[in-house]
Amino acid sequence: MYSEKVMDHFTNPRNVGEIEDASGVGTVGNAKCGDIMRIYLDIDEETKVIKDCKFKTFGCGAAVATSSMATELVMGKTIYEALEVTNKAVMEALDGLPPVKVHCSLLAEEAIHAALWDYAEKHNIKIEGLEPPKADIGDE
Amino acid sequence: MDKLIYLDNAATTSLGQEALEEMMPYLKENYSNPSSVYGFAQKGKKAVEDARGVIAAALGAKDREIYFTGGGSESDNWALKGVAAALQDKGKHIITSKIEHHAVLHTCGYLERQGYEVTYLDVDENGLVSPEAVEASIRPDTILISIMFANNEIGTIEPIEKIGEVASRHKVLFHTDAVQAFGHIPIDVEKMHIDLLSASGHKFHGPKGIGFLYIKDGVKLDSLIHGGAQERSRRAGTHNVPGIVGIGAAVQSAIQKMQANAEKETAIRDYAIDRILKEVPYARLNGDRTERLPNNINICFRFIEGESMLIMLDQKGICASSGSACTSGSLDPSHVLLAIGLPHEIAHGSLRMTLSEETTKEDMDYVIDSIKQIVERLRSMSPLYEDFVRSNQQ
Repeated sequence: MYSEKVMDHFTNPRNVGEIEDASGVGTVGNAKCGDIMRIYLDIDEETKVIKDCKFKTFGCGAAVATSSMATELVMGKTIYEALEVTNKAVMEALDGLPPVKVHCSLLAEEAIHAALWDYAEKHNIKIEGLEPPKADIGDE
Repeated sequence: MDKLIYLDNAATTSLGQEALEEMMPYLKENYSNPSSVYGFAQKGKKAVEDARGVIAAALGAKDREIYFTGGGSESDNWALKGVAAALQDKGKHIITSKIEHHAVLHTCGYLERQGYEVTYLDVDENGLVSPEAVEASIRPDTILISIMFANNEIGTIEPIEKIGEVASRHKVLFHTDAVQAFGHIPIDVEKMHIDLLSASGHKFHGPKGIGFLYIKDGVKLDSLIHGGAQERSRRAGTHNVPGIVGIGAAVQSAIQKMQANAEKETAIRDYAIDRILKEVPYARLNGDRTERLPNNINICFRFIEGESMLIMLDQKGICASSGSACTSGSLDPSHVLLAIGLPHEIAHGSLRMTLSEETTKEDMDYVIDSIKQIVERLRSMSPLYEDFVRSNQQ
């Protein structure tokens, strides 16, 4: 049911882990519906480039694969470029997802946004076009 | 992938050798319709009646009380809708449990939309229905009690004889969905006061697409499939002769080997459960420890999600199932795991392994070693586990 790319990113997920003293951390989803994603960003103060990005995910194969792909897509981008990484881009990079798993890619996009929001709040800056995170573990 | 360890026997089983061999002539040479009068059809007719006799004997029923159907779901639908239609003048109240198979629950939902009232009984933390609760919910307009013999997910065996006694004392019809139990554990319809019983062939090494409904003599229910005069004019449709022959052979074999298989499976089941609970932290067994199908293991591993586990097991050649939302196609985990009181996030991490008599201790050792690696790996990726470890450090 999954593409080879999805299986590859599930079996060998890129950038799993935590970043200590991360510039921004975002956690989205909730345990109730079975998917939680947490994204850590290490952002260069001067250039606003994402130097490192890690994730941890509780969820199905697609949830792990979309988190993994999302971290790859934002790595090395500026925070403004990272904002342009949509769930569609994540899905396309994975050669598609089964229809029931599309929400996983949305969650990946939201996780990146939540981590950027956390960064912006901590550093008292405004990122044009960034909305506050919608979903949170606290929503349960 | 050379290795295949099949631990999903509650989903379906392999076709038994005896069943296959007995079916073969009826798939090719003797293709006759057993309802026909000529001699060519008589062999098929006899084969159908022989199979009926084998099933009746296995249940302590009369031959004429066994009606062949297209499987467990049809039998459940027929029992519920048939009784509901036939007894609507007496009342429109049905009692069932929250952990029934969807073939019963969704049929009840359909009947509710037709104006029937359904009481869905709670179960305890092990999935047991209380006969006292059944009795307390009986009303003057109650027409049917439908409680499964054993649960398909957590393997809990219900107190069917006690519930049957209650039903019989109150003169309410009693149906049991015995799809997971029949062929695996002893059933006596007389002793257990069962009026209607559903079963399916492919759950005990018979073919798919064949099942039966036991209907006790004198029980009134409307037909579900209208048409020809087959099955004493109660279930129309040309007999599935190969299927019927196959289920007959499978029943014969299952009854013969029942005790030996149950003992063998129970020993391996208990060995595996003990090893997992001892060697994997934050794991819990779902379902009753002793009132349990011989082949069922259902365990929740905290902080991880079931589908991920299934994919990783599959990569190691192991077939199992889970009650997580991702495997059910909805956002909610299994209704059975929620009914026994598990929180959503724990229910998402369930793993069901259902053995067959061919499963060996060595198989389970390989499976458990694999589970240990997989659980550790998925926990290392889990934000829930990270939070748990952090909160324990504080």
